[in-house]
Amino acid sequence: MRRFSSFRDFDWMLLTLVLLMSLISVLEIKSATLHTKFHGFGQKQLGFLVVGLVLMFLVSMIDYHRLVDIAPWAYGIGVLGLVAVLAVGQKVLGARRWINLGGGVHFQPSEWVKLLLILMVARYFWGLIGRELSWADIGKAFALVCVPMALVLKQPDLGTALTYFPVLIAGLFLGGIRVKQVLILVLGLCVLGLGAYLSGKRLKPYQQARINSFIDPGSDPKGAGYQILQSKIAVGSGGLWGKGTNKGTQTQGDFLPIPYTDFIFAAFCEEHGFIGGLGVLLLYFLILTRLIQNAQQASDVPGTFIIMGVVAVILFQVLVNIGMVVGLMPVTGIPLPLMSYGGSSILFTFLALGIVMNIRMRRFVN
Amino acid sequence: MEPTPERRIGREEKVATGKLHATQYLVALVLLLLATGMWRLQVLGAEGYKQLAEANRIRKTAILAPRGKIFDREGRILVDNYPSVECFLLRDQVKDLKADLPLIGKGLHMQEQDILAVLKKYQLEPKYEAIPLKQDITPDEQAFIEAHRNELPELETRDVQRRLYPRDGFAAHLIGYVGEVSEQDLNSPKFEFYEPGDVVGKSGVEEMYDALLRGTDGSRDVIVNSHGKEVGQLGQQMAKPGTDLRLTIDLDLQTVAERAMEGKNGALVAMDPHTGEILAMVSRPTFDPNQFAVRLTRSYWSQIVSDPDHPLMNKAIQAQLAPGSTFKIIMSLAGLEEGVAQAMRVNCAGGGTFFGHFFGCDKHHGMVDINHAIPWSCDTFYYTLAEKLGIDTIAKYATEVGLSQKTGIDLPDEASGTMPSTAWKLKTQHEKWYAGEVISVGIGQGAVQVTPVQLARALSGIASGGVLKRPHVVFANEVPPQMESALISSYPGSGDRTIPLSPENWETITDAMADALGPGGTAGAAHLEGIDFAGKTGTAQVVSHSAGATSLGAGKERANAWFVGMSPRRNPDIVVAVLWEHGGWGAGSAPVAAQVVNAFITKQRKRAGNLRLADGPQPGDSPTQDSQPAPRPAKTVATERNESPVMDGVRTASTGPHAKPGVTTSSPIPQP
Repeated sequence: MRRFSSFRDFDWMLLTLVLLMSLISVLEIKSATLHTKFHGFGQKQLGFLVVGLVLMFLVSMIDYHRLVDIAPWAYGIGVLGLVAVLAVGQKVLGARRWINLGGGVHFQPSEWVKLLLILMVARYFWGLIGRELSWADIGKAFALVCVPMALVLKQPDLGTALTYFPVLIAGLFLGGIRVKQVLILVLGLCVLGLGAYLSGKRLKPYQQARINSFIDPGSDPKGAGYQILQSKIAVGSGGLWGKGTNKGTQTQGDFLPIPYTDFIFAAFCEEHGFIGGLGVLLLYFLILTRLIQNAQQASDVPGTFIIMGVVAVILFQVLVNIGMVVGLMPVTGIPLPLMSYGGSSILFTFLALGIVMNIRMRRFVN
Repeated sequence: MEPTPERRIGREEKVATGKLHATQYLVALVLLLLATGMWRLQVLGAEGYKQLAEANRIRKTAILAPRGKIFDREGRILVDNYPSVECFLLRDQVKDLKADLPLIGKGLHMQEQDILAVLKKYQLEPKYEAIPLKQDITPDEQAFIEAHRNELPELETRDVQRRLYPRDGFAAHLIGYVGEVSEQDLNSPKFEFYEPGDVVGKSGVEEMYDALLRGTDGSRDVIVNSHGKEVGQLGQQMAKPGTDLRLTIDLDLQTVAERAMEGKNGALVAMDPHTGEILAMVSRPTFDPNQFAVRLTRSYWSQIVSDPDHPLMNKAIQAQLAPGSTFKIIMSLAGLEEGVAQAMRVNCAGGGTFFGHFFGCDKHHGMVDINHAIPWSCDTFYYTLAEKLGIDTIAKYATEVGLSQKTGIDLPDEASGTMPSTAWKLKTQHEKWYAGEVISVGIGQGAVQVTPVQLARALSGIASGGVLKRPHVVFANEVPPQMESALISSYPGSGDRTIPLSPENWETITDAMADALGPGGTAGAAHLEGIDFAGKTGTAQVVSHSAGATSLGAGKERANAWFVGMSPRRNPDIVVAVLWEHGGWGAGSAPVAAQVVNAFITKQRKRAGNLRLADGPQPGDSPTQDSQPAPRPAKTVATERNESPVMDGVRTASTGPHAKPGVTTSSPIPQP
């Protein structure tokens, strides 16, 4: 039997890095909401963090194998939840993403499904480890990911739906997909994507506009391109050292859209400059590196897969969010992990970290 | 359910380390890519983006300099400013103007095409500059803008200062009015530094002294948020208020003059011959400058420009008309200075034949010498004198006293009049001067044309022994010297000058002019008891050029009634010129001048503390110390704190220019 591991084996280093990042997040949310009606968001974020930390410790005490065991059930329930969202969800700004649980609590299943998906994919590829992936295996993996993805897309929430994709990629990569298979897949996806883009009907007008404005941000400065332009102005005007806390004119003057969630990195870069932004990137690098180390040290395959799933999701979100903020990617509405304001995002991250901690604590078990 | 994978023994239970290393490299690569993106914006593009950020948040707004106020010579206010609200359009806040147009038009009571016209006018200005959409908006229009802040973020209200002029066109021609600088003006070099929407003086003192009155607009750099809401201020340059102007006008005298000219068509100029200061200036009909201060309504404009009596014309300086018999003053001067008139005796038998034509006189004056020719205004005498002098001698003296040239008064668009001569005729009509033409010139008919202010200046010079002054409405020492010298040098040959006159000659003339207001004189009815009042009437035919025609004509063909007078007769303190268009006999204008002179002398005496009551009651005069011939209005507001009646009017009109125009002046004559 596995012996219970003590908190001595807890990854304090990783926790320190994550808490440092969270501190930066809270401070920047405070600054970005200073003159707005959202000025309590820093405090609220702090609250989410505390809850997140508690959950993280609780989850770290659960043997991740139990989680992998129940993954199919949880996955099934998660998919049902997504269906429920489409059926009874609350429509906010044209999208059904939340289920109102009453008492001011809004539940967004799509974030949780991400976690369940990571567990499910880990479990799936664990079963396949050691042999070459057949097209059937790959097809099943796609189905596993694409069902919830399609449901989330239907909400519509392109951003969250996209974050499911890196879980699949990580699974396929670690699961042993061959180069030939990758090439065929990429080619197929390109053809599909091109067809969808040309038909133009699959994308909502606002999504189409986002892509158009990404290609030419100056075409409609007050419309879709406005966000990208203002974000670039915020980041660029920050210069090397930034304008200082609470002094970002783009952020404080409300030129930067939602500077406490999706565009928080732009706000941070405006106020703390290239140096500050580089510091945040460095923190991400350290956190991700630490996670990968833990994945290496995991005692078994599902452990590695789970952590790498988390790495894939975080890396993807960092790439897409910061890429958007600096004008390298279109606006997708993906929050920046550990930085953006929002309970669901925080809880996902800390639950995921809780599982990572558990995996780490059990690394010597055999 | 499948068996859990952990129970499948014998499988390789590790993921290849190489793949995890590859992921590590991928992480580094992704973060490096993002860092490159940041570098591009924050290091390479920093300066450009900093400028864009500044442009985003900083809005320059003008602080409008309050225009200088205008006072009368005693510091009583003539033109004030009042706070008003103006609606501006922020073009950088516009999302879809076309869609908003109907709502804006409805709320601001504007035609859609008018809004578009405003936009077109400012289309070349930078987008971030707000453009004035409607001036002097009403409280309900203001409420409309407030209520539609969210739907129409492009509308903004600003507090501005507007001009408040005296009611009923009081001194309107003299003061002038302001308006938005026109597109044509903007293209001229004079308006090089003006911008569309700037308010400039359009006529009168407002135009002439615009540079002083306007001051310098300041500016404010404000920090705005993305909604255009002001959230802070960076710095500001205060506006330099316009300079207050003190006019030479005497409000009391102006009031008397305005009332005396009420209902008449013409002009009045009262001036101090010692200095050239204009004490009163009236032109009739008048207009309401308040209508111009705010956007002019089309109907008022068309009413003004289509009026055959030219309400916008300042007739005191712009009406060029035959002076009629008032010209005989200049004739007499020429005759006496040439030594011809002293011994001249002419037998007036109701006219005389010159150059084969009969020229009539309105009476049989019998034997006339210079001392009687003036008070009786005997045409026959002056026909004879003109024949003896010849046109060029007459022209020489007329030009000496300032005819056919601008007086140099500090008001825009002064007319110069005409003095015929042989050279003049050759030049303008390319014809030889016919000697016979001089006869009608002798009585101020023919081609002679003068303006009231020219006549006033000429008489001022003659009655002051040849010392001519430049008429002016603003104290010369109260404006910057370079402005004053520029003003003077713009009228060569005018301004201050002294011509040598022998004392006995101008004394003869002035004595004879005093007789004109005595028994038997042409203006005997305007005689002011106890006041040394001298003058000369003039009845100038409007249509018929046959000099000496005795009929006055009727309506628009009725003769123009002139009068020039002064008090006292030598080195006078006041000279008054009155033009009553189509007023008939010149004697009709004499009482108008008499009222002004009387008011002036009365005030002068009161001020000197040695008031002498006018001896003997005058017709219609109330038995009070007030000896003004003007009938006192029933409603008299005695102003004790030296407040002017105009001030009173100003206060009444402080509901703004919305006050109904056209109410006859009921302002009382103040008791000094």
